[in-house]
Amino acid sequence: MPILSEFEYFKPSSVREAVRLLSKHKKPAVLAGGTDLINNLKEEIDQPDAVIDIKGIKELSGITYKNGVLTIGAAVTFSELLDSRVIQSRFPVIAEVAKTVGSVGIRNRATMAGNICSAVACADSGPLLAAYEALILVRGSKGKRKVLAAKWFKGNKRTDIKKAELVTAIEIPLPARRHAGCYVKLGRYSGEDLAQASVLILALPGKQYRVALGAVSPVPVRASKIERLLNGQHLSDELIAKCQALIPGLISPITDIRATKEYRSHMCQVMFARGIRAAASRFSGNGPEYGVNLI
Amino acid sequence: MKKKLSFVLNDRKITLEIAAQEVLLEVLRDKLGVKSPKCGCDRGDCGTCTVLMNGKTVRSCIVLAVEADGQRLTTLEGLMKDGQMTPLQQSFLEHNSFQCGFCAPGVILAATELLERNPKPSGDEIKEAISGNLCRCTGYLPIVEAIANVNNALTPPGRERLGKKVRS
Repeated sequence: MPILSEFEYFKPSSVREAVRLLSKHKKPAVLAGGTDLINNLKEEIDQPDAVIDIKGIKELSGITYKNGVLTIGAAVTFSELLDSRVIQSRFPVIAEVAKTVGSVGIRNRATMAGNICSAVACADSGPLLAAYEALILVRGSKGKRKVLAAKWFKGNKRTDIKKAELVTAIEIPLPARRHAGCYVKLGRYSGEDLAQASVLILALPGKQYRVALGAVSPVPVRASKIERLLNGQHLSDELIAKCQALIPGLISPITDIRATKEYRSHMCQVMFARGIRAAASRFSGNGPEYGVNLI
Repeated sequence: MKKKLSFVLNDRKITLEIAAQEVLLEVLRDKLGVKSPKCGCDRGDCGTCTVLMNGKTVRSCIVLAVEADGQRLTTLEGLMKDGQMTPLQQSFLEHNSFQCGFCAPGVILAATELLERNPKPSGDEIKEAISGNLCRCTGYLPIVEAIANVNNALTPPGRERLGKKVRS
């Protein structure tokens, strides 16, 4: 299917130039991996007058780790996240999430920044960034700002981005000197599917946990109620059951082509139980290998 | 508005003028006559349009042709050297790994990328690597076998010799 609407294509080499182009055009679209955008162009969901390709901007292409903060440039692909040494060693759950995104040919192009700018409810990066309390770095003509992940997602496909702003990076602070995590994603089959429901758990020292749920609400759900119940407690079957019972009250899943809301809600509880056990045992050093499918 | 771009396609330098909204798959097939990338789902799900960009698989149906400017592209047509198939291609032939062949170019490129990174992949690693390439002839088993046994492929390659072997 050809793209019928015409637009101008730009490949700026600096953020400043990109922001200038964004301000100059009426309906600009930012192109990183294009795995969502090109489909939207074909289907005329997006009809931009300018497409601004950010892959020529050097400062957006790196993964850095400094003073306990991981910075992921907006043009960094999921394949690059998977291959990153610092992510494998300090933030293995990020690699676990990245591995579930599409397939190799998608991951070679798709970016985490693009994932959270498309902001579909089933985006894999959503619960991850919510649990890590990540910051989204945004640059506009009036300067820079940082948005907490919890405030970034405004609804299905809606974010806090303003006109003529560009996401430049995502900052993920290391939550503790030592931590573990687990991402459990339910697809219709293993390999290349969107999430029907997803659960992201972080296990921190002192039996502290963070829990975020994806694809069961228009925006990622940080399950603070569950965290309060878990924190400092021994992880017993009884406690896990109590947490599971809270889940239906925290989410608002929908029934669509991929799953019913009842199934999503039920599976969310199953995945929470498996995820929390896996995260806790990974924290103690004997959990399942990262990347192993738990459902 | 037309844009001039140049890239390396299968070791050959290409320069052409295209409109910004032209999709790479369509430029390859309709303007350059390179027919191994196929149009299947046309939205990045099925993998039949796979090409290598700088050695990495991408879905050419969701890449703008202008994005190829300055890049190195390889399609199935560019894998053979001096008329000789790669050991992976020989293995596909030996294992009779496709029926209609529509998915084969994409699968072979996906497996080429995998073997570059990981010459001895496990069965699970193979399945993961080709999970984005759909085969509707239900031919996955011989595909996985071909990739797993690529090192056992006949060398040096010989199409006739293999052809005889397959027929016998």
